[in-house]
Amino acid sequence: MWSYERRLQYPVNIKERNPRLAQVIMSQFGGPDGELAASMRYLSQRYSTKNRKVAGILTDIGTEELAHMEMVCAIVHQLTRDLTPQEIMEGNFERYYVDHTLALWPQSAGGIPFNSCFFQSKGDPITDMIENMAAEQKARTTYDNILRLVHDHDVCEPIKFLRQREINHFQRFGEALRIITDELDSKNFYAVNPDYLPDLRK
Amino acid sequence: MDKTSREKLFACITATSFVLDDLRLYLDTHPNDQEALDYWRKVQRVRNEAVEEYTKCFGPIYSYDVDVSNRWTWVDEPWPWEGRC
Repeated sequence: MWSYERRLQYPVNIKERNPRLAQVIMSQFGGPDGELAASMRYLSQRYSTKNRKVAGILTDIGTEELAHMEMVCAIVHQLTRDLTPQEIMEGNFERYYVDHTLALWPQSAGGIPFNSCFFQSKGDPITDMIENMAAEQKARTTYDNILRLVHDHDVCEPIKFLRQREINHFQRFGEALRIITDELDSKNFYAVNPDYLPDLRK
Repeated sequence: MDKTSREKLFACITATSFVLDDLRLYLDTHPNDQEALDYWRKVQRVRNEAVEEYTKCFGPIYSYDVDVSNRWTWVDEPWPWEGRC
């Protein structure tokens, strides 16, 4: 189970509203490489993962991604809190506002709704770890893209924190991949699914 | 305790929790690293004390720790996403 801790993993205290920036950053909530997809990817993959260490890393990173989702949502919320109709129009926020007012809803910056096809849970730990390493790099690139557009220190600091976490998670998934391959026949690393081995020669 | 000591204590919880968040992932893939285990024990002690002190003086971080002697106070304080401003 999970229980709520009444704090953010890293503080978010934004003084100046900026709906245009909020529209971009919300991609890391419900977009293709966002934190919701990250959390659901790892927490879905763990059940069929037989290696206990790897199942542990999936549980713990999947849990941390929930905290990152909360930080991204806090950033978007504080950038759009109490916007006036004029600020909404001037900040090009009207197409989001008309469906969601100032609430959080998981979508990409371009308006594509969250979709579980953003991630895979394949039941093959080698496939899954390589997917996860790619996912961490895609999220890191997205944060790089966001950082080029941010000039507000209050927004920059939590985004930089999140970017750094993608790098740490990439490292841990790299180790998880090696833990799995270390248990395999070294001549046959990537030939079969080590977690599902009914005879293929039929 | 005043506002400054509240902020200091909360910052201590944030910092020590983060050390443990990162160490947890490292230990998942390096469960026998003695140096990391020593570091875990050291930071865990500081974090436990800070959480206990904060909960006693300013209210709970976990809803399991709500003091219900008078009323349900879990929903009284600002939520984390509201920020300071």
